Amino acid sequence: MSNSVHVYDARADHATVTAESPLAYSYQRSGMPAPGEASGEKSRAVIGERAFLGHLILRGGAIVLDEALREVLGIGLPGRPNSLTVDADGQRSVQWLSPDEWLLIVPGDETFGLETRLRAHLGEAHVAIVDVSAGQTLIELSGEAAHEVLMKSTVYDVDPHAFTVGTGVTTLFAKTNVILRRPDESRWELIVRRSFADYVYRWLLDAGEEYGIGVARESRHESQ
Amino acid sequence: MFHIYCPYCEELREEEEFHPKGQAHIARPEEPDACNDEEWGDYLFFRDNPRGIHHEMWLHAVGCRKFFNITRNTVSYEILETYKMGEQPTITAEHLAREEKTAREEKTDSAQVAEGGQQTVGASDAAVASIKGAQA
Ligand SMILES: [Zn+2]
Repeated sequence: MSNSVHVYDARADHATVTAESPLAYSYQRSGMPAPGEASGEKSRAVIGERAFLGHLILRGGAIVLDEALREVLGIGLPGRPNSLTVDADGQRSVQWLSPDEWLLIVPGDETFGLETRLRAHLGEAHVAIVDVSAGQTLIELSGEAAHEVLMKSTVYDVDPHAFTVGTGVTTLFAKTNVILRRPDESRWELIVRRSFADYVYRWLLDAGEEYGIGVARESRHESQ
Repeated sequence: MFHIYCPYCEELREEEEFHPKGQAHIARPEEPDACNDEEWGDYLFFRDNPRGIHHEMWLHAVGCRKFFNITRNTVSYEILETYKMGEQPTITAEHLAREEKTAREEKTDSAQVAEGGQQTVGASDAAVASIKGAQA
């Protein structure tokens, strides 16, 4: 079966085109208010994009995928619905999306190697692995009022006491949907579709205005 | 705010995340080629429209994106239970009708059970309420 699956490295070395984040256009068009700049005071909410991560969708039986993932990556599938497992250094995570579907996020340059090793380990098992890295991006939201920005935006209960660290859900956000998760005490992560990234970004800027929202400047370009 | 329990997410979620998908437990004919037009037409196009208990498929569209079943009272709109695909309902119209009958026999001094006036196999609201109470 694995022979008939066409697997290729989406970040092959020979690619000479500079990758742009799905938000590249938005940063130019809607601006990037620096944290603390707008009001002259400290921003109570801060946006930061983590572009170019590797996003893999795993589908199949929990037992076989869990075993393969433990072997290859050293972390297992989260056992409960709506939960998230993060590895020791916080760079790799697996999230429950549905009873037979998980989202695996790793540093971008690990994606192809990981997919290859997972496929090798899974052999003929009835599973699917899809690299969706190019289809979505990850937006971080931090700051003391981050959950208040979320409360204005989603129907899900994002009270920090209810939405504990290690929770991750797919839910409505403004007029679109996002994958919303909380990897640690200080950060929330929104995984948005590429085509909705601009909308979500502008929504966050607008919703966060009263908290003096700012955008942390991170590496926005990836030379390949 | 109106919440529906998703049996896969194992929690109550906002109604906006769901879509109704019509009558549940419709079995595809074992041998489609052997069906006459009426049987095949029934299977494809004709659906029940009961007053009272109805079993429906719903989709957790913005969520786990799984289909599941809901037992719902079409008179009160009350959701009586949700259960996974492949499972059978624990609350049915027949079940409620039976409960109601038993209740009626027990309470011989009449007028205890209100007539629901439900046309099909549905049970009265009173019986529904008593089942709900018994489950809680
Ligand atoms: Zn669900």
